[in-house]
Amino acid sequence: MSKRLLRGARVVDPANGRDGAFDVLIEGDRIARVGRDLPIDDETTVVDVPSGLVVCPGLIDMHVHLREPGQEHKETVATGTAAAVAGGFTSVACMPNTRPVNDNAGVTEYILRKAAEANLARVYPIGAVSRGQQGEQLADIAELRQAGCVAITDDGHPVATAMLMRRALEYAGMFNLPIIEHCEEQTLQADGVAHEGFHASALGLRGIPGEAESIMALRDIALAELTRGVVHIAHMSARQTLDAVRWGKSRGARVTCEVTPHHFILTDEMLGAPVPYDTNVKMNPPLREAADRDAMLVGLADGSVDVIATDHAPHHYDEKQVEFDRAPFGITGLETAVSLCFDRLVHPGVVSLARLIELLSVNPARILSVKGGALSEGAPADISILAPDMRVTVDAGRMRSKSKNTPFDGWTLRGGVAATIVGGRVVYANEGVSLQL
Amino acid sequence: MPVVMDADRIGRTLARIAHEILERNRGVEELALIGIRTRGVPLARRLAQLVRDINKHEIPTGALDITLYRDDLMRTAVGAQPVVRRTEIPFSIDDKRILLVDDVLYTGRTIRAALDALIEFGRPKAIQLVVLVDRGHRELPIKADYVGKNLPTSPSQSVQVHLTEIDGRDEVEILEP
Amino acid sequence: MKKDLLSISDLTSDEIHLVLDTTEAMREIGQRPIKKVPTLRGKTIVNLFYEPSTRTRTSFEIAEKRLSADTLNIAVASSSVLKGETLSDTAMNIEAMSPDMIVLRHASSGAGHLLSRICRSRIINAGDGMHEHPTQALLDAFTIREHKKSIAGLKVTIVGDLLHSRVLRSNVLLLTKLGAEVWVSGPQTLVPAGIERMGVRVSTNIDLAVADADVIMMLRIQQERMHGAFFPSLREYFNVFGMTKARVERAKPDVIIMHPGPMNRGVEIASEVADGPYSVILEQVANGVAVRMAVLYLLAGGAEVD
Repeated sequence: MSKRLLRGARVVDPANGRDGAFDVLIEGDRIARVGRDLPIDDETTVVDVPSGLVVCPGLIDMHVHLREPGQEHKETVATGTAAAVAGGFTSVACMPNTRPVNDNAGVTEYILRKAAEANLARVYPIGAVSRGQQGEQLADIAELRQAGCVAITDDGHPVATAMLMRRALEYAGMFNLPIIEHCEEQTLQADGVAHEGFHASALGLRGIPGEAESIMALRDIALAELTRGVVHIAHMSARQTLDAVRWGKSRGARVTCEVTPHHFILTDEMLGAPVPYDTNVKMNPPLREAADRDAMLVGLADGSVDVIATDHAPHHYDEKQVEFDRAPFGITGLETAVSLCFDRLVHPGVVSLARLIELLSVNPARILSVKGGALSEGAPADISILAPDMRVTVDAGRMRSKSKNTPFDGWTLRGGVAATIVGGRVVYANEGVSLQL
Repeated sequence: MPVVMDADRIGRTLARIAHEILERNRGVEELALIGIRTRGVPLARRLAQLVRDINKHEIPTGALDITLYRDDLMRTAVGAQPVVRRTEIPFSIDDKRILLVDDVLYTGRTIRAALDALIEFGRPKAIQLVVLVDRGHRELPIKADYVGKNLPTSPSQSVQVHLTEIDGRDEVEILEP
Repeated sequence: MKKDLLSISDLTSDEIHLVLDTTEAMREIGQRPIKKVPTLRGKTIVNLFYEPSTRTRTSFEIAEKRLSADTLNIAVASSSVLKGETLSDTAMNIEAMSPDMIVLRHASSGAGHLLSRICRSRIINAGDGMHEHPTQALLDAFTIREHKKSIAGLKVTIVGDLLHSRVLRSNVLLLTKLGAEVWVSGPQTLVPAGIERMGVRVSTNIDLAVADADVIMMLRIQQERMHGAFFPSLREYFNVFGMTKARVERAKPDVIIMHPGPMNRGVEIASEVADGPYSVILEQVANGVAVRMAVLYLLAGGAEVD
């Protein structure tokens, strides 16, 4: 049984109330002990963690599109998990809008097998709510659960009707499966490709108002209340939606929500500059106005927002090199998230490091009911070693994801990833950091 | 001394040219003056006035912008396009003896462009060239029929013609580089 | 000047005046017996039209030919789009033939920007989706200037389907840049979000909007772009927003009525107004060729782009 001691690092483990210098002893694939001045024996590899680095429970991205099966030109489970660990994530939850859709055990098992072969990040499949995500009939939810799905969603679009959402909440509630919902009232979306506002108007782009998202969120929160089911609002972008979530929580509805880094950093101003009609700025939900972006920051700080997830949506270069109207929605996110979070949340003082770990690890683990989120004794040794002061220049060309569709290419940020450990194995080590693992 | 022709000299020179034109052209009715923009135009008008003073005859006068016919237009990659002005030739040039008027004759390329332009307007009987100053250094086989003054220059110098209608004074200067 | 003309915002107000002044000179060429100058001789210009358009395309083609350029018309049928050749691939194929300029009309906003990133040729936007139609705004400005001498200080009212109109956006940018007081009017459902930020006054009351106007510009109700429920019927549209003789009388006595065409008579404009004494609609068409000649001439020179 291999033993490794991470010595003297700042350990930020809010679930266990820790933030300070601690030693972490890993035995095999488990965390054996966390404490101070832990004894060492001859079999233990001692790693003196350089000062400035932070040891925390492995980060979990609960909204990732791995594209396999069916769209392997964009990404595969192998490349996606490689991108994940390079981004500091020890686990990802992957979306079912693959081809074929993950609405049955066969596809779920396929994904898990690919993940095992890649042997990098843990992969938690999310199954479909409806067969084929068509919004008509429920998928075999129990079977999906059995096969390993941790949640269900029709992401890409909302669950088609209130009736179906109600039934899904009731049914999935039996298994305590959360429904992750892409909130967007489809008739208000009306072929929109950008946020409805001055910038879209000036550029002649059809707009989607924030209310398209909040109206659906209100529907789903009301249904969650009705059914005592669990709903998680995916990629929240509009301030009206955040208000709806707060309202729902105040009434005791079982609702949680996530925000992507691009929605708390960028705004629709990017549609026109620096690159007009940059398809790397096109995603759904779209980048909204400053007031929405600012509201997300407030929500991250005051606890209304539960999770930061990337909605990593890789697309092949050819697919994005088209007219704005025709380009597919989405940008990558796994390899930029940590740097963006440090640079735009932690360093400016919007959230503390402990709060960031809640958003990126503790809460996702709790919502999906998976192991992780804490460096507890006996827990799997999923550990992210982060470098809050590392200078990072985003270089899309060198990313491990197959796709390079990111608007952050060339950005210089403060904060990065030193190493990623999954089940006690070092699956990623940043060559630029002198960490002798 | 940069000034090589003063107002008085210019006036007498134009008067002499007007007489020469009448002397060499038997049929006054066939004549027409076309000034090349920009300073050829006021010169053409003055010549028309001088001819009217001599024999009461009104020679039709027009203005030609040759910018779009220049041979150096699309060649230089630097800078903006030269500004194009209106061409106004309110008469037919068919069968006329055209007197093309310009202020300075230098390489001859402007005149070449003017000839190309004129051909588009019709078929004149003849075209004669009137210039106030001929400074030499021709690059094309172009010759003026009426010259106000021959001015030997070096290529590095520049010849500036100032006319009252445009510059507020009548003067021809040679400027050093 | 910039390499491409994709938007009116690519032009400073001095450059706009330069275009208009050059248009005057270009117009005279159309009055000669031989309507040709050798200026763009040997230059290849590709007219790449993804949307059908007789008026704009022929206007560009005549302009190009009058400047002695070699023109190539590519009318892309929608089926070849469905067959899968992307705009990028088409652009790269055309670029391989080294055209000097590409005049592009396309159904997607920003198509010209995409082309500009791919091609070294100069791109002229002849209408991209709902975004802009710069040469239309320039010829509109020329027409206004012909009648009103100066654009600064005029009250210009633009009426119609504001939301989907590229002519609107280009005109608003140009007229505000040159100092006009611009009003826009139309059904609330067709008012683009945030349009006041472009420096215009917005009113859904057309009678208020056209009061004392010096220029009234009608926009076509673009039926093919409608996805429903913007207004109940053409009949009602005409009653509430149509330019009738009575409405015209609320404007200044020397008002001019403009329309980019093609017109829907009896929908946005009454026939008697379209054909009436205030209408300058046919002049707009005539001016189109000269304006486009000016644009082609001014863009064809200029600094090489790396």
